[in-house]
Amino acid sequence: MPIRFDHKPGLVVYLTAGDPSLDATCEIAVAAIDAGADVIELGVPFSDPLGDGPIIQRASERALARGTRLRDVLALAREIRAARPAAGLVIFSYLNPMLRYGLRKFTDDAAAAGADGVLAIDLIVEEAAEYLAEMSRVNLAPIFLAAPTSSDARLEAIAKYSKGFVYAISRVGITGTQKSITADAKALVERIRRYTRLPVAVGFGISNAEHVAQVAEFADAAVIGSAIVELVENSTAATAPGAVARFIKGLRLRDAALAR
Amino acid sequence: MASIIVPANPSEARAGRFGVYGGRYVPETLVAALDELEHAYDEAKMDAAFQAELADLLKDYAGRPTPLYFAKRLTEQLGGAKIYLKREDLLHTGAHKINNALGQGLLAKRMGKKRVIAETGAGQHGVATASACALFGLECVVYMGDVDMERQELNVKRMRLLGTEVRGVSSGSKTLKDAISEAMRDWVTNVRTTYYLLGSALGAHPYPTMVRDFHRVISKELKQQILEKEGRLPTAIIACVGGGSNAIGAFYEFIPDRQVRLIGVEAGGRGPALGEHAARFKGGAPGVLQGTYSYVLQDDDGQIALTHSVSAGLDYASIGPEHAALHDSGRAEYVSCDDATALDAVVRLARTEGILPAIESAHAVAEAIRIAPALPASDILVVNLSGRGDKDMGILARELKL
Repeated sequence: MPIRFDHKPGLVVYLTAGDPSLDATCEIAVAAIDAGADVIELGVPFSDPLGDGPIIQRASERALARGTRLRDVLALAREIRAARPAAGLVIFSYLNPMLRYGLRKFTDDAAAAGADGVLAIDLIVEEAAEYLAEMSRVNLAPIFLAAPTSSDARLEAIAKYSKGFVYAISRVGITGTQKSITADAKALVERIRRYTRLPVAVGFGISNAEHVAQVAEFADAAVIGSAIVELVENSTAATAPGAVARFIKGLRLRDAALAR
Repeated sequence: MASIIVPANPSEARAGRFGVYGGRYVPETLVAALDELEHAYDEAKMDAAFQAELADLLKDYAGRPTPLYFAKRLTEQLGGAKIYLKREDLLHTGAHKINNALGQGLLAKRMGKKRVIAETGAGQHGVATASACALFGLECVVYMGDVDMERQELNVKRMRLLGTEVRGVSSGSKTLKDAISEAMRDWVTNVRTTYYLLGSALGAHPYPTMVRDFHRVISKELKQQILEKEGRLPTAIIACVGGGSNAIGAFYEFIPDRQVRLIGVEAGGRGPALGEHAARFKGGAPGVLQGTYSYVLQDDDGQIALTHSVSAGLDYASIGPEHAALHDSGRAEYVSCDDATALDAVVRLARTEGILPAIESAHAVAEAIRIAPALPASDILVVNLSGRGDKDMGILARELKL
């Protein structure tokens, strides 16, 4: 399935796979899709998540403590795909688990599981030749991050090699929640649009309806990560799907006009 | 710099690659900062005034050149090859780390950065960085794992005395690896104002090359000194390898001299099981950790393994990428030494030569003690004595029941 943002604004929901359990992540993902998430990013837990703040670090530790492995995440992707064939599905991982699994086998299995794309947080375009070749071979969309610090030359390359959407990082820093969306994000999205007609999703620190409304003014979608992972942390496996669904419905209650 | 950015394969030769190893595996936010650093370093390297200022500091502030000392009593006791010690332990702040801290500190100043962050394991890089920042008037924050803060408490206090803020890291194994992750998180967040003064020949390009260059002075001096004393090159150079900065500094000028054996000593810890040691070449496999592609101790799922060593400075799951290339090409050999043997070497060197080595450096001493007896008296072993053991007195008092 191609990644599409049918809702306005589009919503990308990040979940740490295996927190609190693989079954629970599946139920949460389905509930999120039914509540209006366009794309699910399935986070592969990693022992050393240096791009993540404390909320996702803790979720990764919990998932690893339960023995969650990359192959389990791929099996989970397959379940989500079977349950909701039309939703966008992206595997979000640090590079080393994918390398250890084998890039060829990983891309084969991710595609077979029904994933649409992959985002490797510590893989930049320059280092990505082999990865891009494998992704292209099985028609998976490589999604690259663009940062406020990225030069125009870098944005051009990021736009050129991304498929599905471009992920614009709203501010310098790691994942986590913040009070407001900075001017950095808008300026970055405008710069990215000079090089691509792909949708642009803005992530890092987006945690409430007001943020989503702000992002909707200049981007195609908002990525909600830590706020949802924290909600899952504070719920039980039984209550998390409902809590996440309510939260996601609430994110679109105020549209761009109301936010002003 | 308007160069076209294209994807490349790891096997393509380019800056920052050592064979297939090295590279730059970081979140996108850091790339601009790494580019800026690479550019600034390339300029500084060619700037005679920068090099002269660094040379003056290395001489008058740090105490270079360090002596090459003939360990006569140890040699006689072992009854084999002659053993020399390159006395990096005599440097200001107590280890080779000051070479790099001064170099990068000057670079930070030149780049106009006011805030410096660093990670530290044993605390030697932290103390060196804290000293350099005091000297250059820079704000300094050092990240250190909680486990390391406890076992190297003296260095924590030294850093604080020098005006540095030491931030404990309680995630993961609470050692060097976690301190690096936390420093990188800080850098990603404060990238516009902050200089990350990385302490080993690790991490994303240009760090492995730059850190090696700042320690290259060790092998430059060593080559000249051994030729003066012996009129020939040594049989082998032996150095401990955590990230690998003292080893690459001691090896580098000898890489073209094929007859000189280069021996790196990793931490064998408590034994060969994963999690009990930090011998990356024995138990590890190629992978990416903290910005670079190198050998990494990891499980079958690519999760980074826990490590153990009695020496905080060797207790790390990956190794500098240039060592990975030297290992694969066979130009350097890598062995390991367990905790108990390293502690024995501390005692042996202290009681035969009156020199108290850092436990890290004692791993290299132990390898010399192991191989010297079987070698002819005409052979020459040089041990890079990378640091002194004062910082380890707490551990030594406990382990040796002093």
